[in-house]
Amino acid sequence: MINWIWIGMAAIGIIYAMFSGNMEAVNEAIFESAAQAVSLAIGLISILVFWLGMMRIAEEAGILRGLAKLFRPIISKIFPEIPKDHPALGYILSNLTANMFGLGNAATPLGIKAMEEMKKLNNHAETASRSMITFLILNTTGLTLIPTTVIGIRMQYESASPTEIVGITLLVTCIGTLAGLAIDRFFYYKSTWGKS
Amino acid sequence: MGLISLLSIWMIPCFILIIMITASIRKLPAYDLFVEGGKEGVKTAVSLLPFLVGMITAISILRSSGALDAFVDLIAPLLAFIGFPAEVLPLALIRPISGTAALGMTTEIIATYGPDSFIGTLASVMQGSTDTTLYVLTIYFGAIGIKKIRYALQAGLLADLIAILAAVFLVTMMFG
Repeated sequence: MINWIWIGMAAIGIIYAMFSGNMEAVNEAIFESAAQAVSLAIGLISILVFWLGMMRIAEEAGILRGLAKLFRPIISKIFPEIPKDHPALGYILSNLTANMFGLGNAATPLGIKAMEEMKKLNNHAETASRSMITFLILNTTGLTLIPTTVIGIRMQYESASPTEIVGITLLVTCIGTLAGLAIDRFFYYKSTWGKS
Repeated sequence: MGLISLLSIWMIPCFILIIMITASIRKLPAYDLFVEGGKEGVKTAVSLLPFLVGMITAISILRSSGALDAFVDLIAPLLAFIGFPAEVLPLALIRPISGTAALGMTTEIIATYGPDSFIGTLASVMQGSTDTTLYVLTIYFGAIGIKKIRYALQAGLLADLIAILAAVFLVTMMFG
């Protein structure tokens, strides 16, 4: 799908330019924007190195594990079908805390582990269980404490206050997560309606 | 509102302080760990590079040809009555589909309108507050071989829609 979107954007742009007379601007944009993207990626190194460096200390210091323990009671309420001491809960918690701190690379393998455990609980069926969908929703709503990449981009374009968006982003991500959980419950009860 | 700005400024430094204090209580080699973790950051940024070049170039072609602005002008009147800025609609549409495309789009919007403009702020919040639903769904369900996904896609996209509307509403209230 992404291949078609990518082709679509470039092809529509070039064809549109044939009729709008903006071909010169397009020609310029191709080379300028490629250079711009490179300097952006290089510029992102500063914030990514700093943040991932800090997070490594936090991980070793047990801050992530501590937070996971703190959230355990809430998470086990959100996943009523998973027994309280099942390893699936542990993986879910580590995945969510890693995501909260923007450690996407660390979060994905933990999330896959969590899904495997939930599949065992679901008798290895090829149909998604209720817990799997709830977990998916928590991941797609992207509960993030600090949006490091966005801050990095804002720095690159000389924002007067790159971190100004942190508070409001946190508020929006919380609203999105709560709404996601409510929607998840709604669809679940709708799907079981009249079946029991 | 004052509280949210305060939170934005205080959160990162306070979090760093907590890390430093915990590391010294646990007697960890904090600096060594920092350097080791930081190497990951270089790798992440470099691996992002080709994605960003590809996406930002394609979006820039669309923008400089005038097609993107024509599209925005076309839909602006339709969206105006719910107070939704048409400039961020392309980002809202692509956010659940592709993470790198959304990142490219956010960058391009910030470059075009300025990071501190209303549109630039809104794009930043939208980019930071949700994740790529389709990607998450493909990775996780693909990895464990789930064939029937039931209501997962509908629920995920609906949650994205609510997050996007919440972003528009709150950013308009605070910065509009």
